Parts: sequence; C-alpha cells; structure tokens
Amino acid sequence: MAQKTYAGVTVDVNEEGYFTNPLQWTKEIAVEIAKEEGIVLTDQHFAIMEFLRNRFNSGDALSIRSINHSGVIDVKTFYHLFPGAPLKKATKIAGIPKPASCI
Amino acid sequence: MNDTQKFPVKKVNIICAKGAIEDVYATLVLGNGAVMEGIETNIFFTFFGLDAIMKKRMDKLHTGVVGNPALRLPGGMRMPTLLGVIPGMEAFTSGMMMSEMAKLDIPPVSEFLDLITAGGGKIYACKLAMDMFKVKKEDLTEHVIDILTVGEFYALAGGEGSQIIFT
Repeated sequence: MAQKTYAGVTVDVNEEGYFTNPLQWTKEIAVEIAKEEGIVLTDQHFAIMEFLRNRFNSGDALSIRSINHSGVIDVKTFYHLFPGAPLKKATKIAGIPKPASCI
Repeated sequence: MNDTQKFPVKKVNIICAKGAIEDVYATLVLGNGAVMEGIETNIFFTFFGLDAIMKKRMDKLHTGVVGNPALRLPGGMRMPTLLGVIPGMEAFTSGMMMSEMAKLDIPPVSEFLDLITAGGGKIYACKLAMDMFKVKKEDLTEHVIDILTVGEFYALAGGEGSQIIFT
C-alpha cells in the first residue's frame, strides 16, 4: 500500500491514487488532489462529491446514471465539472474507491 | 511505460446493425463506457439497429425467443424453441430482461442515449438503411446528430488510436 501527502497529511492510497481509507479525507485534501487533476474545486464540485461519498457510505453502487438522480447536478454538468473521465476523477478527489461499475 | 499505456484507445466507432435488446444494449454499454473513460465515441445505427434510435420503437425493443439457443428459463433450463412460438412469449421474455437490467441500474434506451450524448458521445443514423426501411428524419430521436453514408462514417473513424467495433 502506498502513501501520499496532501495538505500536510499523510494518507493511504492504492497504486492508482485512490483512497483506501475514506475517513482520512478532508476538504483541504480534496483541493490538493483536484490540483493534480487540473481542476479548481467549486461549491458544485463539493456538493456532488458529498452525494458520491454518502452513496458510497450507504453501500449503493456508483454509476453515471445515479448522478442524474442526485438532485445536485445533471450528467452533462458532471462531465463539465470533471472533464474526461468524470466518475473516476470525482471519486478519486472525493477520497473513495474507484467505482467498479460498467454504467 | 508498456504498450497499452503508450497506445491507448482514443476513439471508438461502434456499429449497431441489429435491433434486439441484447444487440442494442451491447452497443450502448460499450459506447457509454467509452464516454465515461473520456474516449471519443461515435455510434452508427444501421439496418435493424435503427429501431434503437426511432422515437416510437426505442423503448419497446424485444429479444428473440425462437432460434436463440442461449436463452434459459428461470432456474437455468434451456427454453425449448417450441415455447417461443406461444403468443406473448417474446413480449414476456423481453419484459423480464428489461426488469432484470433495471435492477442493475441499466437505463431504458432513450435515457441511455441521454447519458451518452450528455458526455459528448455522438449518435449517427445510416442513410442507406433509412432509405431501405422508408425511415424519415422526423422518425428519429433528437439524439441523432447526423445521417451518414458509409464513406462519411469511415472518414469520421480516422485517426491514431481509433477503433471500429461491430456489435
């Protein structure tokens, strides 16, 4: 298991940089990871990450479709906020494991 | 850096030529998956695949119950071909498949196309198939951005790291 230091805190990550312990995550850390991904976080980013973290904590699968039911943003905005591979980037920045979902 | 990292798939061009649930969903899952990975995605619907982009048909697709040796009854026994000819069997089986997919959060066709296009995936219809089946532009869903000839499709598919997939 690898470790990385964000905002002065050392956290456990896997070989792809995803958190292995979501409890180590803080908003300050998220800002630093986002910087690595070339993203400047806004309130909208944090709102959808909170949705993803809640969904992960309650054991629900994370899919791109679930974003539309989040009541926070729609899928189009999600792609805009996290350009490229949004679900992968958003979960990485939100400090939760990479989703094992095909949809 | 290994070969898969050095030469990633940058663009996929998926051709869907059949209109059964499993054919169309194979296309949509591949296409949406590519969009989710940040891969440029073009999907070209032709022949019976046109059903998946026709407003009146897209959310009413069926799966074949005759001549489908992989089809099983609940419990795992093979579905006898003769059962497939019972009226309503095709609709019943198709409904079962759709409800099983819904449990896995797999959306209906129209919503799947919403997701794909929201992420920048592009949907095309085949000109020749439309002429053949007498399908008009207004019969197609708004997700379709253009009607192409085969030559135009190949032109679209060009570029390094681009793949053509026939489902």
